[in-house]
Amino acid sequence: MAEHVAGCELFESGHRACGGCGPALAARLLLNATGENAIVVASTGCMEVFSTPYPETAWKVPWIHSLFENAAAVASGIEASLKRQGRSEKVLCVCGDGATFDIGVLCISGAFERGHDITYICYDNEAYMNTGIQRSGATPYDASTTTSPAGACSTGNQRPKKDMPAILAAHGAPYVATASISYPQDFMKKVEKALNTPGPCYIQVHAPCCTGWGFEAGETLNIGKLAIETGMWVNFEMENGEVTKVKKVKRKPVEEYLSRQKRFRHLFKPQRRDAEIAKIQAIADRNAEKYGIDIKKKE
Amino acid sequence: MALNVGCAARPGKARKNKTGSWRVFRPVFESEQCTKCGMCALVCPEGCVIETEEGEFVPDYEYCKGCGICAEVCPKKGIRMEQEEK
Amino acid sequence: MLQITEGSHAVAEIAKFCRPQVVAAYPITPQTHIVEALADMVANCELDAEYITVESEFSALSACLGASAAGSRVYSATTSQGLALMFEVCFNVAGMRQPIVMSIVNRSLGAPLSIWNDQQDSISLRDSGWLQFYAEDNQEATDLHMIAYKVAEDHDVLLPAFVCFDGFILSHTYEPVDMPSQEEVDAYLPAFTPYHRLDAKDPISMGMYATPDYYMEFRYELERAMQRSIDVIKRAGAEFAEQFGRDYSALVESYRLDDAEIAFIAMGSICGTVKDAIDEMRDAGKKVGLAKIRTYRPFPTEELTRALAGVSTVAVLDKNISLGSGGAVGTEVKAMLAGSGITVLDYIIALGGRDVRKRDIAAIVDLADKGVGDMFYGLRTEVL
Ligand SMILES: Cc1ncc(C[n+]2csc(CCOP(=O)(O)OP(=O)(O)O)c2C)c(N)n1
Ligand code: SF4
Ligand code: SF4
Ligand SMILES: [Mg+2]
Repeated sequence: MAEHVAGCELFESGHRACGGCGPALAARLLLNATGENAIVVASTGCMEVFSTPYPETAWKVPWIHSLFENAAAVASGIEASLKRQGRSEKVLCVCGDGATFDIGVLCISGAFERGHDITYICYDNEAYMNTGIQRSGATPYDASTTTSPAGACSTGNQRPKKDMPAILAAHGAPYVATASISYPQDFMKKVEKALNTPGPCYIQVHAPCCTGWGFEAGETLNIGKLAIETGMWVNFEMENGEVTKVKKVKRKPVEEYLSRQKRFRHLFKPQRRDAEIAKIQAIADRNAEKYGIDIKKKE
Repeated sequence: MALNVGCAARPGKARKNKTGSWRVFRPVFESEQCTKCGMCALVCPEGCVIETEEGEFVPDYEYCKGCGICAEVCPKKGIRMEQEEK
Repeated sequence: MLQITEGSHAVAEIAKFCRPQVVAAYPITPQTHIVEALADMVANCELDAEYITVESEFSALSACLGASAAGSRVYSATTSQGLALMFEVCFNVAGMRQPIVMSIVNRSLGAPLSIWNDQQDSISLRDSGWLQFYAEDNQEATDLHMIAYKVAEDHDVLLPAFVCFDGFILSHTYEPVDMPSQEEVDAYLPAFTPYHRLDAKDPISMGMYATPDYYMEFRYELERAMQRSIDVIKRAGAEFAEQFGRDYSALVESYRLDDAEIAFIAMGSICGTVKDAIDEMRDAGKKVGLAKIRTYRPFPTEELTRALAGVSTVAVLDKNISLGSGGAVGTEVKAMLAGSGITVLDYIIALGGRDVRKRDIAAIVDLADKGVGDMFYGLRTEVL
């Protein structure tokens, strides 16, 4: 997997993502896993825009973008067509969290219910980045975005992150997994597994966005790692609705994750908001309990 | 030049956009410390860390945006970020 | 073979003969009989296609777009609210130059909710880049599907196409239709050759975004394809006439226009009523005729101008209204004939399934004679 010869990447240099962009790395990694025999369906969003200004496409596999919210339906049609033609390409959707959690739910639900043989990858940067950092259903509690700004009478986004993997598992998806670009090998393995599992599979990959979350570009992988280590993000696999694998951690307090991002700055400045931090800690604790991620100290 | 029907294009033109010009900091790879783990090449969002025939990892400065991710992940701390002189 | 059949069934059958590889459609009155008939054909191995039972019209056309981009001939059908839900995808399909053919069983748009016929739905998408054919009867509806595929898929065109026929008035009416055989359709319509397709052996990126440096040129290319389609339609119509004996080589069909003083312009099933009314008026010595628009997009400016040379008054029957402006067809005809000295009067008619009879057509001639027009015709008196 670690062969990197100039010009042999399926996702080419020259794309216009911000330096340090998590989603750009996600694109590279997932193509490492798919190889050439794949067709990618994109949604409108950062990744689409930074990788395909006409005529400079960064994609060396067949790629199509139609709209913000219809990738799953477009993929359904492609899969049906390939089946008719007896072709072997794997069909993938690669879409943002806005496209996945919010505006595309109708098409995704339909495609998963019908059971198309597609792999749907949501690169989750936890807001609408392309349009200027607005909240989505994937934005975590208390994150400040341009439509959920922290202010005199608000602590930022007031709703917890939607449990999209559970929703897709409830559709009967045979394979649902979460991943993080901070664990590249794990992510690539999961993509391979999804591609080799017949039926609609879902992977949600945490892809920190330095610009939208407010941290230094070099920190992208560190932030992703902290999300896992604090229980703010859980890496797991679900097969036929059952959790079969979870990444366990020696958990750190959420503060270590929050305090390094501008989107949570209002929880620390001008004064600490302990009550809010405690609420977020409770979310991480619930995650930890639900998935059993804590490495217990030997007694 | 005629346009491609329906705003479609074949691969090959992305590399025309030399993103190296965005760089404010430049990663300097110190090969003495390198254990050839390849992490820098794996995680560079630009895919611009190249493995040479001698098995060394070098950034392609035509595309390197200087994000510093490689420097952060290098387990030997063998990549230094230096201010670009413009 | 001549058969007495319901309009929807005739259309479903010809759609089958056009050999779509992928069908995606969602039921809505009065289109339902088409999707049901196609499902039946697939269930009975009469139609060898992937039939995607999508969860909405929005997904129906999105799935068709994907299948078409992957290299398959596709088919869909919808109407009214369903077409409105597809609005965004319609523009996208045309911009991506996917030659999808879709039947539009014309119906009004709510509110108020109405399942009955007018042509507001397809006309509201006139700017979307789809070719728009309108059928007068079920024979024409059947035949136009073959022509639509042939024109849409022509590499000089590569534009999607609506084949419009009036809801209930045609879709639910039994009429004799000369249905071609599979062999005959195959002889007329060659297998689909995509211009390019998603293919791992020859990767391509489709649906990229265009900066201001390029966007306008892509729109210009679309308009040029529309203009080129005029000749392609004429040629496809002539080839059709040669093989089947029914002539659709003109975008505008002239009916008793030669020495006419008053000419109607209309589209779709209302043309049958207008023709009958014209025959009666002609018998009574009134010089009236009809220019039937078969192809609303591309708009047949040249043919229409020629057909109307010599008339003094044009009465446009619009089964739609561009609110705040007037009937869509009337507005275009007025622009087209500006400075010609011909009086153009527009009549908004038959919205939401309001019946039109021959005597209504005669009454409109009386109004046109007096120069009275640009009005809703046939309103209930209490609103006047
Ligand atoms: C129907 C529609 N509504 C709104 C938009 C504007 N829009 C484009 S991308 C985007 C947000 C994308 O968010 P996400 O899917 O999370 O991708 P990201 O940009 O964060 O990578 C929005 C709101 C659109 N293109 N289409
Ligand atoms: S805004 Fe975020 S997701 Fe978008 S290109 Fe920049 S870093 Fe990537
Ligand atoms: S600084 Fe960033 S862009 Fe440059 S080589 Fe390192 S990871 Fe790649
Ligand atoms: Mg996002």
